[in-house]
Amino acid sequence: MTTKQKSLLVQGYEVVIGFETHAQLSTQSKIFSRAPTAFGAEPNTQACAVDLALPGSLPVMNKGAVERAIELGLAVGAHIAEQSIFARKNYFYPDLPKGYQISQFEIPVVQGGEVSFFVGDEKKTVRLVRAHLEEDAGKSLHEDFIGQSGIDLNRAGTPLLEIVTEPDIRSSDEAVAYAKELHKIVTWIGICDGNMQEGSFRCDANVSVRKPGADLGTRREIKNLNSFKFMQQAIDFEVRWQIEQIEDGHAIQQATVLFDPDTGETRAMRTKEDAADYRYFPDPDLPPLVVGRDWVARVQSEMTELPRVMAARFVADYGLPEYDATTLTQSKAMAAYFEAAAKACGQAKLVSNWVMGEVSRRLNAGEAGIEHAPVGASQLAAMIGRIADNTISNSAAKQVFDALWTEGGDVDAIIEAKGLKQMNDSGALEVIIEEVLAANPKNVEEFRAGNSKALNGLVGPIMKASKGKANPAQVNELLLKKLQG
Amino acid sequence: MTALHDMTVAALANELRTKKISATEAAQHFLARSQADTSGAFLSFNPEATLAQAKEADDQLAAGTAGALAGVPMAHKDIFVTTDFPTTAGSKMLEGYRSPFDATVVRKLGVQTGGAGMVNVGKLNCDEFAMGSSNENSAYNAVSNPWDTSRVPGGSSGGSSAAVAARLVPAATGTDTGGSIRQPASFCGITGIKPTYGRASRYGMIAYASSLDQAGPMARTAEDCALMLSAMCGPDLDRDSTSLDVPAENFARDLNASLDGLRIGIPKEFFGEGLAVGVRTAVDAALKEYEKLGAKLVPISLPRTELSIPVYYIIAPAEASSNLSRFDGVKFGHRTKDYTDLVSMYKRSRAEGFGEEVKRRIMTGAYVLSHGYYDAYYLQAQKIRRMISDDFQQAFKVCDVIAGPVAPTVAWKLGEKADDPVANYLADIFTLPASLAGLPGMSVPAGFGEEGMPVGLQLIGNYFKEAQLLNAAHRLQQATDFHLRQPGGAQ
Amino acid sequence: MSLTALDIDRIANLARLELQPEEGQRMLDQINGFFTIVEAMRAVDTTGVEPLPHPIATIQAVALRLRDDIASEPNQREANQRSAPAVERGLFLVPKVIE
Repeated sequence: MTTKQKSLLVQGYEVVIGFETHAQLSTQSKIFSRAPTAFGAEPNTQACAVDLALPGSLPVMNKGAVERAIELGLAVGAHIAEQSIFARKNYFYPDLPKGYQISQFEIPVVQGGEVSFFVGDEKKTVRLVRAHLEEDAGKSLHEDFIGQSGIDLNRAGTPLLEIVTEPDIRSSDEAVAYAKELHKIVTWIGICDGNMQEGSFRCDANVSVRKPGADLGTRREIKNLNSFKFMQQAIDFEVRWQIEQIEDGHAIQQATVLFDPDTGETRAMRTKEDAADYRYFPDPDLPPLVVGRDWVARVQSEMTELPRVMAARFVADYGLPEYDATTLTQSKAMAAYFEAAAKACGQAKLVSNWVMGEVSRRLNAGEAGIEHAPVGASQLAAMIGRIADNTISNSAAKQVFDALWTEGGDVDAIIEAKGLKQMNDSGALEVIIEEVLAANPKNVEEFRAGNSKALNGLVGPIMKASKGKANPAQVNELLLKKLQG
Repeated sequence: MTALHDMTVAALANELRTKKISATEAAQHFLARSQADTSGAFLSFNPEATLAQAKEADDQLAAGTAGALAGVPMAHKDIFVTTDFPTTAGSKMLEGYRSPFDATVVRKLGVQTGGAGMVNVGKLNCDEFAMGSSNENSAYNAVSNPWDTSRVPGGSSGGSSAAVAARLVPAATGTDTGGSIRQPASFCGITGIKPTYGRASRYGMIAYASSLDQAGPMARTAEDCALMLSAMCGPDLDRDSTSLDVPAENFARDLNASLDGLRIGIPKEFFGEGLAVGVRTAVDAALKEYEKLGAKLVPISLPRTELSIPVYYIIAPAEASSNLSRFDGVKFGHRTKDYTDLVSMYKRSRAEGFGEEVKRRIMTGAYVLSHGYYDAYYLQAQKIRRMISDDFQQAFKVCDVIAGPVAPTVAWKLGEKADDPVANYLADIFTLPASLAGLPGMSVPAGFGEEGMPVGLQLIGNYFKEAQLLNAAHRLQQATDFHLRQPGGAQ
Repeated sequence: MSLTALDIDRIANLARLELQPEEGQRMLDQINGFFTIVEAMRAVDTTGVEPLPHPIATIQAVALRLRDDIASEPNQREANQRSAPAVERGLFLVPKVIE
């Protein structure tokens, strides 16, 4: 094992995780019917005959759902199948009106692909097995009914893309990082609104543990993780629970489990009696889905630049480190902000520092998106321009930024009003330096004797005499010249 | 003056168009006959709705906006959902069910804008969920054959065929999955056609076996069938993904074309030992008529004919087992009064709502799809299905139309085969192959066999060749009068 | 391939059908009778044969038709729930669903 792999072991066990994510696609209508998909409508007002499985109803495929599947496939570098088949997954549940779910089984529309991301500063890649189209089920409501449940089929038929990974994930940190990256991808390319509270992005984690080198352990599936925080907690608990079971001599039974946020524990649902036999077969109501190469090419050409590609471009074109490029491409809005500012002032690294630093800090505190930042990209660019042309120092810039953020205004006007202009006149500066050198002969002697620290004792008074407006770099330059000259 | 019920659809349409009778008169006439009938052919009436439709047809006829068959009464097999009549599919599971939408076929034939303008007299009895060959699987009552009331009318469209044969309505819709239009038409001495799979929309047709079900007309003459089929067929791209994007046709355009040089393929597998003598004689006589009309008989082979029985009875129940899962007592249909929890609600609602044959097919279907059996049964059957279809394409290289019997016997006695489902399955041997291949097929009255019971001649065409089939049927009907005979001797 | 009573139980459960004991026995006999005809089918050599996705696929390619993504179905809850066994405040009621 590598050091890295060893470092991920929990009590000597290797954690093996595979993810299945259900992303609701952002179409107007459902995958097989023309009912609307908008969230929050009155019960069963967005469930038409097809969604209710009324006798004689039949499915008709939504082109928008297929297009979004193609977009996801391209974004993860997967193969888009020329022909894929819809299959029926048969089981009984009140929120499943037909008694079967139309899904894809043997031949899905998207095959393979991978998702890369950073965990800390280490790059990790998770391979995808597939992504397939299927329909969402309805909802069961329990609160208002005693001994009964109320079934709302508004959600039934909403298009889903189920994205399945290989069991490549080795820790809860990696799991959350993967989920966040996938979330970013689907929202970035616009196929899913990513609203986890509303159930637009739901993750199931298949978790097992094993001693390094051993066969895969029996896995348990944690269903419906709809927050990154809960995801982490749930996986951590499940891993510790499984290890404890094994250490106590109990075998792990395959099971579906739910996470209870109140207790922080995972709990098995009713055990799967003879692991459900879904009797998959190709749906005779739906001929094969054909996706021609010209359609794929068209989608590719119209696709927005993907985060990975954009990050690579930032590295190549702006000379940014990979870390910066990845951080800046965490959202389309942030990347756009960065690029606008960088282009305006030509100081990519400075812009990157400010965006990752001051801008992000303030945004995170207020939980706002960069679209709502009070300081626009052009304003930031203007301010950075004034740092670059030595009008203001970095520390002065912090004051300018603060004013811009809280009160707004114009960069130059603020600099003027607060008197923050750096002194760049070397003549005036030389005069000050001469005065300070004359007033501090001891420091001069010590410096000339070889003690370079003696310089600090001179820089301080020079800055003070210039009322903080001296350009520090210029001070050092001139001071050294005078001392050595 | 010919009685209204002795007129064909074509003749009635003409009387209505030339204002010799009104739609309301016609509707009242057939409604009265139908309501007085004791064969059990009808499951429900709604006179108010029927007369409202008739009035609408009369208004359209007056305004000149009427469809081609405006005002002609008919009836729908209770597999087609209708908003103004309940739909039961012959099952207790859907007793009293009222659909919020009409089937596409219903709209195309009816008085709604763009429809042919026919008036629905009532819903016709059928085997439960279209599963059966005798109408004895109806949860409501069996239907008796007008030619001999101790015999079955055939199935699953038994109500449709009995109603037309007894002249309760001039025409009816049926559905054919494994022969359910052709066989009852043969047993009742009427004409019926199942079009190429995908020609008629399945939207609103309660699904039994999705890859096999097709709607079709049943009437006394080939011309009537052609007129109705023209109205029923056409792409339904918005609602049925299996509907073919081929334009609607006038299937009556070639009715009178000459049959000179028509090559009629005679499959040797259709004329083996199991064929009743009386059936054989009638079919042979009809083939002789075709030779007189200039056709040439060509011996062919459909080697996998017998295999079509297990293939069909694997595929159809498999699809049905899934299609019928929606009947769970949650959103519509029967819910048991006797349950303690969700699972018992499902199990008892379905046990109470479904009859035995339906349960048997659901069980068989679930079994052949289940884990470990899928490859050996379902997948294998689907592969052989392609081979059977390819066999037909081979045959059509040397012939234009294939002919033979519809069923090995005439209609059997009520109750005779009720306890032997397999015997029922075996009797479907001649109709199943064309169903599996999705080819158009007809039954044309060809004479009488044992006990004076009607015998139908089956005609099978290549894809999209309905007009040719109807032409061949029509020319036979010009040379014979079997289609004009009626139970009781009068013509 | 002969079914047993255990098979009948398993399938009846999968299909959510409650069968009375003599019903189950009758079904077992009838289905087993049916499977004797099916055996001939299993022996057929189908190597290299693809299943038919749609009967017309015999002569021409059939592809899934795609419709434009437009939400045009109006709210018809009342008509759609007309035949529902149990409805309250627009929700279909069922015995409590236990997870």
